[in-house]
Amino acid sequence: MAQVSFAGVTKRFGDSVAVDGLTLEIPDGELLVLLGSSGCGKTTALRLVAGLEEVSEGTISIGDRVVNEIDPKDRDVAMVFQSYALYPHLSVARNIEFPLRQRGMAKEERAAKVREAAVTLGLDALLDRKPSQLSGGQRQRVALARAIVRDPQVFLMDEPLSNLDAALRVQTRADIVALQARLSTTTLYVTHDQVEAMTMGDRIAVMSHGVLQQVAAPEDLYERPASTFVAGFLGSPGMNLLPGKIVRGVDDGLTVEVAGGSVPLPPPLRTAGAGAGEVVLGLRPESLRIDPSGPLRADVTIVELLGAETHVIGTTPDGSRLIVRQPPQAAKPAPGDQIRIAIHPDPAALHLFDAVSTQRLAGP
Amino acid sequence: MTVASVGVGGGVITRETTLRIRRFREMGLAYLLLLPALLAFGVFTFYPFLRNFKLMLYETPPVPGLPAHYVGLHQIVPTLTSTPFTQSLVTTLIFVVLVVPLSLILGLALAVAAHRKLKGIAIYRMIFSSTVVSSVAVASVVFGTLLNPVVGLLPWLGINPSPSALENTTWALPAVAVITIWQFLGLSFIIMSAGLQSVPDELLEAAQIDGAGAWTRFWRMTVPLLSPTIYFALVVSTIYAFQSFGAVDILIGYQNAANLHANVLIYQIVNTLQMENNPGAAAIMATVLFLITLGLTLLQMRFLERRVHYAN
Repeated sequence: MAQVSFAGVTKRFGDSVAVDGLTLEIPDGELLVLLGSSGCGKTTALRLVAGLEEVSEGTISIGDRVVNEIDPKDRDVAMVFQSYALYPHLSVARNIEFPLRQRGMAKEERAAKVREAAVTLGLDALLDRKPSQLSGGQRQRVALARAIVRDPQVFLMDEPLSNLDAALRVQTRADIVALQARLSTTTLYVTHDQVEAMTMGDRIAVMSHGVLQQVAAPEDLYERPASTFVAGFLGSPGMNLLPGKIVRGVDDGLTVEVAGGSVPLPPPLRTAGAGAGEVVLGLRPESLRIDPSGPLRADVTIVELLGAETHVIGTTPDGSRLIVRQPPQAAKPAPGDQIRIAIHPDPAALHLFDAVSTQRLAGP
Repeated sequence: MTVASVGVGGGVITRETTLRIRRFREMGLAYLLLLPALLAFGVFTFYPFLRNFKLMLYETPPVPGLPAHYVGLHQIVPTLTSTPFTQSLVTTLIFVVLVVPLSLILGLALAVAAHRKLKGIAIYRMIFSSTVVSSVAVASVVFGTLLNPVVGLLPWLGINPSPSALENTTWALPAVAVITIWQFLGLSFIIMSAGLQSVPDELLEAAQIDGAGAWTRFWRMTVPLLSPTIYFALVVSTIYAFQSFGAVDILIGYQNAANLHANVLIYQIVNTLQMENNPGAAAIMATVLFLITLGLTLLQMRFLERRVHYAN
């Protein structure tokens, strides 16, 4: 087991930069999720650790060892691919055994290890089958077994759940978390699915266009997003982001003027807002509710019924999109209605970002 | 509406009749469109194929002008046991053994070499596959010139066997094999390259992370996953090798082929027909070649059925 560190790691493919100056420490035993939309560089970062791509600049270390020049087979990492990459011509047992065989382990020891891994993942009845005779979930478990059997220093998982159906994904998600907790092997887990990221990660590293946006524990990331990108990316639906400006009102209070209304800043946010001019006001959909006396105004465009909740999607007078998450029993407006919206009184419901840098302006 | 007013039974009959007429018309059109292909196949393939079986049953007298007469199955055994035939069968087998493995191994090696993502690799791919489009005649003439004892490449390199390679009992067949290998190389390369495309990169990457070096990846992953392709290439080039004769004809010729142990089966068939004017014997030999090819094809089909298990 070991920590993994990226120090100023850049990867270029020709003229395009896939990973841009990534600096990140993953402590021993942590499950770190690399989260981002496709093409953000998260998979490339993972492949750099595996050694499947060469680092253009910077260093990657596993434990105390800089691995830039070390061959993938000598890095002592195990990888689970999105497609599982099972060897189709080998039986399940042979698939799991393959990495052990490459290390020249004795036959009896190999057999014992394979059995142990197979039992852990409930594959002991399937050892003689070929991958083509397995279901998607079973294949996924074989891929995991092949990874854990070697007891590597680091697990690398590249969207391992994206080929499973929804119900199985939820189950496997929990299984992987439990397995990782038991083995406490440092794990880098790549996904574009924020639910996976939120539920699985000890910490989440959000990437966009090759650049690390923020790395934090799931709740910190959700409650204190460092930039408008992270704010809008996390959450389903993401945070509402309304452009506005800070205005000094009567009795020296500060308010944020946005199209469709003005929102007074509670004391904890005043320092943050004091020096700012143009800002972006961030409001989570669940911090909002429809209320005739609320400070914000919007025209309803779509009402989405999701069963457990209702999303009322509207536009403010300047055309910004505003989503309100309503409990199912609340009255539902119709498209075309004009509504007023109230904000939860908790100061933490308000997020302020600089309009130019898009970075968070402190706050609670 | 009409159906309802006429009654259910009447409606169904009307509809069925319309359907039948339409189907008939479609079938007519289908056969019409197939006609050119059927004609071409009929004239150049099916008819000669059937006619071959009839020829087997007739013997043509060695004196020109006399009519062929029916002998039934009586000339089959003498033909199959005649020295020219058995000799040419052995020659052909040696030729196949010389040509097929080498052209497959070289084709695979080139395909693996050209599979890498390097700049300008497309040019190499084009060069490697170009032998497919070169004609046997041109290739043979060029190759014959290279082997020429006076102006060729071999004497220039200081190698000058006497008698020259193409007039030498030991080297005539291998020399023809070399040019045939060169000819097959393009096809073998193309087939192997296509096969390599279907081996997912991720599998090789997984093997790499699992600790397999380049050699192990090749033998444990690429070759097994490529085995249906290799088998296909094996069967196709074996069939081609059994049927090749252009190089023998151009480089060695009728007079020398038998003496130099380069009298491959097709060449023997052609010469039995044209030089010895013996269509019956030629037809019997052709049937043997047909059965060999058929056997190989059936083997190939059985293997293809089995390979389904490999699909992921």
